[in-house]
Amino acid sequence: MIEVRNLTKHYGDKKAVNDISFTVEDGQILGFLGPNGAGKSTTMNMLTGYISSTSGQALINGVDVLEDPIKAKAQIGYLPEIPPLYLDMTVKAYLNFVYDLKKCKLPRRSHLKDVCTLCKIKDVENRLIKNLSKGYKQRVGLAQALINNPPVLILDEPTVGLDPKQIIDIRTLIKRLGKNHTVILSSHILSEIQAVCDRVIIINKGVVAADDTAANLSNKVTTDHRVIVRIDGPKAEVLQKIRELDNIKYVRADMEREAGIYEYEIEAEPGVDIRREINRIVRENGWNILLLRTMEMTLEDIFLKITMGETIINEKEANA
Amino acid sequence: MGAIYRREIGAFFSSGIAYVFLAVFYVFAGYFFSINTLAVGTTNMSGMFANLFLIIIFLIPILTMRLFSEEKKQKTEQGLLTAPVSLTSIVLGKYFAALTLFTIGISVVFVYGFILSLFGSVAWLTLVSNFLALFLLGAAFSAVGVFISSLTENQVIAAVGGFVCLMMLYMIDVIASSVNVTWLQNFLYDMSFYSRYYEFTCGIFNLSSVLFYLSTAVLFNFFTVRVFEKRRWS
Repeated sequence: MIEVRNLTKHYGDKKAVNDISFTVEDGQILGFLGPNGAGKSTTMNMLTGYISSTSGQALINGVDVLEDPIKAKAQIGYLPEIPPLYLDMTVKAYLNFVYDLKKCKLPRRSHLKDVCTLCKIKDVENRLIKNLSKGYKQRVGLAQALINNPPVLILDEPTVGLDPKQIIDIRTLIKRLGKNHTVILSSHILSEIQAVCDRVIIINKGVVAADDTAANLSNKVTTDHRVIVRIDGPKAEVLQKIRELDNIKYVRADMEREAGIYEYEIEAEPGVDIRREINRIVRENGWNILLLRTMEMTLEDIFLKITMGETIINEKEANA
Repeated sequence: MGAIYRREIGAFFSSGIAYVFLAVFYVFAGYFFSINTLAVGTTNMSGMFANLFLIIIFLIPILTMRLFSEEKKQKTEQGLLTAPVSLTSIVLGKYFAALTLFTIGISVVFVYGFILSLFGSVAWLTLVSNFLALFLLGAAFSAVGVFISSLTENQVIAAVGGFVCLMMLYMIDVIASSVNVTWLQNFLYDMSFYSRYYEFTCGIFNLSSVLFYLSTAVLFNFFTVRVFEKRRWS
């Protein structure tokens, strides 16, 4: 279990992390979501004892990271943003070094073999780390975090630099590890967090912007009301018909994608799914839908959306 | 500590620094041995030992420059500092790795002693005491070098910085002789690395000098630990 109480980190005047509190239960996978510079890595560095906090406390299974760092660190497997790899060593020599460094008591040969198999680096174990590709380096980094089978895993952007197939592999691996480890992973990719995590904490500018289950979060940020449609039909008429629908906030014809065929950006009132309505008018007028997709939400949109509720309330209070 | 020590010894050889260090040291030691001892036709090796002082001022920064600066540059220190080991054992692991390589280098003097023993009688006790002096000097200088390496992430700066600092320590006598204030002058003479070392090469075993070198080593290793402690807290 990881308990974080009012954790704060100042760099000079700049508050990198400001009064963050949360608890991660055993066997939970927590996702840290936030744009670059939001304080994800700083929080993780404080949890792992790499840097100290300005104030507040971080407890790993009840052990304070600052009070008893060696005991706390022994329970953590950490994959930093840049994996701490010695480029002049072979993968095998490096993992043996980490094994010794962590004073691992598990049987050396079989444990290292298990870790290599899990991370799929068995075929490169005799190569120098400097000659490996980014994806392999990342997996060696993950392997060193798994050595000594620590109950808590902290992974800072574990899928950066991997190809799509490897990303899926690593996600599956993390999910599997989540069954008997407590995992915190960070990412700036929403879909990744949704795919892997039970719970999501969104950090922005050093503060927790949202703390919710992944399912709730995806409900909150559902994008069904913002769609892009490519309709084969006369432009002016299509625009006209769409405008006549209920609950439409905004519609705009985008560029001409195919000869005489335009894409339309449509936004309805939040929570209204307009896809069926669009289908209906297209059918009635004998046009064709060539493409329909919901608009991807950017992280900024999500922050806006999540923090919007508060700002509206605040504005109302200010006006009153 | 053991894991870090073993890795550093391995890295000395895989990076080639060990070969450069040993080769250069053997060249100079061999040169001074033939000029000061063999050519003169004596079994007294103190002339060679006196000259080696200057050589290790140049060579020790090369041994120690990589130790922490490289970790910082490659971001591998994050791995060490989040591992369940104390800062002291990280610092000492690296320090002893450098000291071990240094000791391998200077052990060549026993080979010279063996060669001399074929032609005449060697004062082995003096030789051992000279060796001990060189070892202690290396122990103190390595600690200074490791400390400077922990301050920068650039190997060249670590090497040049180390060289300048050791040169300053060497020149304490020169500085002292030009100081007019008596107490300061005496203090500087007491701090002199060279005159204490020279005493050894004359065959005088002075326990206070042994303590002087050892406490320098302890002090600078302590400083290195503090550098990391401070960075963690800032």
